[in-house]
Amino acid sequence: MKMGEVDIEATTEPLLKVEDLAVDFHVSGTVQRALQGVSLNLKRGRTLGLVGESGCGKSVTSLSIMRLLPQPPGHYAGGRILLEGRDLLSLPEREMRALRGGRIGMIFQEPMTSLNPVYTCGEQIVESLLVHSGLSSKAAMDRAVELLDLVGLPSPRERAHDYPHQLSGGQRQRVMIALALANDPDLLIADEPTTALDVTIQAQILDLMTDLRERTGAAVLLVTHDLGVVAQTCDDVVVMYAGGVVERAPTNALFADPQHPYTIGLMAAVPRIDATVDRLSTIAGSVPPPWVTLVGCRFASRCPLADDRCRSAVPPLRENGPDHAVACWHAPIEEATI
Amino acid sequence: MMTLVLNRLIISVPVLFGVLLLGFGLLILVPGDPAIVMAGPMATPEVVAAIRTEMGLDEPVLTQFFRYLGRMAEGDLGRSLISNKTVISELGAAIGPTTELMVACLIWSIPLGIALGTLAAVWRGSITDRAIMAFSVAGVSLPIFFICLMLIHFVGVQWRLLPFIGRGGPLWTMDGLRHIALPALSLGLIFIGPVARMTRSSVLEVLRLDHVRTARAKGLSEPRVILRHGLRNALIPVVTLVGLQAGYLLGGAVVTESIFSYPGIGRLAVGAILSSDFPLAQGAILILALAFILINLIVDVLYALLDPRVQTP
Ligand SMILES: Nc1ncnc2c1ncn2[C@@H]1O[C@H](COP(=O)(O)OP(=O)(O)OP(=O)(O)O)[C@@H](O)[C@H]1O
Ligand code: SF4
Ligand SMILES: [Mg+2]
Repeated sequence: MKMGEVDIEATTEPLLKVEDLAVDFHVSGTVQRALQGVSLNLKRGRTLGLVGESGCGKSVTSLSIMRLLPQPPGHYAGGRILLEGRDLLSLPEREMRALRGGRIGMIFQEPMTSLNPVYTCGEQIVESLLVHSGLSSKAAMDRAVELLDLVGLPSPRERAHDYPHQLSGGQRQRVMIALALANDPDLLIADEPTTALDVTIQAQILDLMTDLRERTGAAVLLVTHDLGVVAQTCDDVVVMYAGGVVERAPTNALFADPQHPYTIGLMAAVPRIDATVDRLSTIAGSVPPPWVTLVGCRFASRCPLADDRCRSAVPPLRENGPDHAVACWHAPIEEATI
Repeated sequence: MMTLVLNRLIISVPVLFGVLLLGFGLLILVPGDPAIVMAGPMATPEVVAAIRTEMGLDEPVLTQFFRYLGRMAEGDLGRSLISNKTVISELGAAIGPTTELMVACLIWSIPLGIALGTLAAVWRGSITDRAIMAFSVAGVSLPIFFICLMLIHFVGVQWRLLPFIGRGGPLWTMDGLRHIALPALSLGLIFIGPVARMTRSSVLEVLRLDHVRTARAKGLSEPRVILRHGLRNALIPVVTLVGLQAGYLLGGAVVTESIFSYPGIGRLAVGAILSSDFPLAQGAILILALAFILINLIVDVLYALLDPRVQTP
């Protein structure tokens, strides 16, 4: 990307803007807050990485954007999700349906089970095409084959007639990507698209996604718990911890100058920037369980720098550099102090 | 698909042999002497002995069995001891009405059971769900003869809406339809319950699967998600259940036909057994066993049609 383009994009409104999103789960009579104050911005043509330990709310965030949280038990408790300024949370279900699979495509973590075993891969893509476009069934099938070709499946016309169980995990994930891209979405949400795949296939799928983003100009929200993946593929990063955003920055800035103690812990746990090993869980202590009501900083129980203010007041997400926001009373912190 | 059918047919052969063995055993083991039945209560011992020799009843069991198999192979099931008509012709006259009864029962009860089960699943926990489940449990736990008698008592006798004795003619005539309505209703009522309950639990299970979330993520409408990605997949275990219930259905048909004096295989079997008409009883039981095998064959084929993961062996 040339410098001039970056400047133009920096001034344009983001495609997706999540503001202060809060999500509750009503579980057996109690209310558990799964997300609190989640905010992020995603511009066209960019890839935003959403990282954090297992259970920190990455999937809840991405499903919320599709408004696909099961309700009940899920409940949107506050905030807004703006797609080009329109709040998805207040959209009528009909209009939301038109966006799902239309302007927003989604890829899930589990390629082995995300396709319906009783329909062929082609039929499943065709179904999405027919719902969103005025194509005839014949034209839709041709387009489905084209899409399967686009995602790099060999002999796509034959594959279109295969049932999911006849394909490998990597091939099924390619079919899922084709499905998500079927109606030229502006936004592609990929919730850990490679976690279930083995390493070589992971790399291929990530390359494919990068390639497709460049070709289609879609914005990509890439959920992962792998900092190596973030370093390779993302322009910007949002770091989540226990249902909240703790740090937000362009990828380079985050890796060069991580400012939140949690992020620093993550970085320290990753020996090389391109390592693809999940080390997020090597920070001492564990995530507070969701039924605990947090008073101060959500990281206080594991933070070596926690003091009385940290334990009594929630640190706001503050800009601490160009596009670099941190939720920590003591930020910016020198890495050496931890 | 043809390989599957052939395979199932081959597997059916030992089952068929077992059924034949059972039919033969029935003749040997059951108390009561066919020769005495045939000769009538007034016959002298000499007449009975003569009949016994004629029927080959005093020969070794093994010889009798092979002779019996030989006759079966020729399609000769013997003659009824009571009417003296061939068993084949008696069965031939009864098989049509029983088939009609089965069709008339299944054609409404299976779709209705599936529809009710799906509604219960979609509105789980609601009043509708509870009402449907209560209805199903009642259908399963009430004995079939009780349902028949209640229907006869109210619909037939008190309100005089429908006839409840015999058969009015072929299914496509008005009289045929009116006569078959109550038996088909009774038999169907016991069938709805299991189908509805199985459909409900199967749909609930499928709706939790990942591929349903994918269907929603495609922007499909909720009815479409439920029917095409929920129910369609949920039908696979339901079909299996229907197959397993085939015996239950045939047993129900025996009771229903007897109560409504409906001239089918079931009533024929009961009448033959009560009057110790061994060849006819044997024939009727053979036909019922064949029907059981046939229903299971159809179920296997349907199963393979519904689930592309089923490999033809
Ligand atoms: N259906 C649900 N009912 C109740 N709680 C839920 C439900 N779905 C998610 N949660 C809660 O929300 C929190 C965030 O879960 P989420 O699935 O978003 O984590 P994640 O970051 O995607 O983790 P992973 O890396 O394991 O996928 C968890 O603590 C979980 O308990
Ligand atoms: S606010 Fe305090 S407890 Fe929280 S991360 Fe910063 S230093 Fe640690
Ligand atoms: Mg997840």
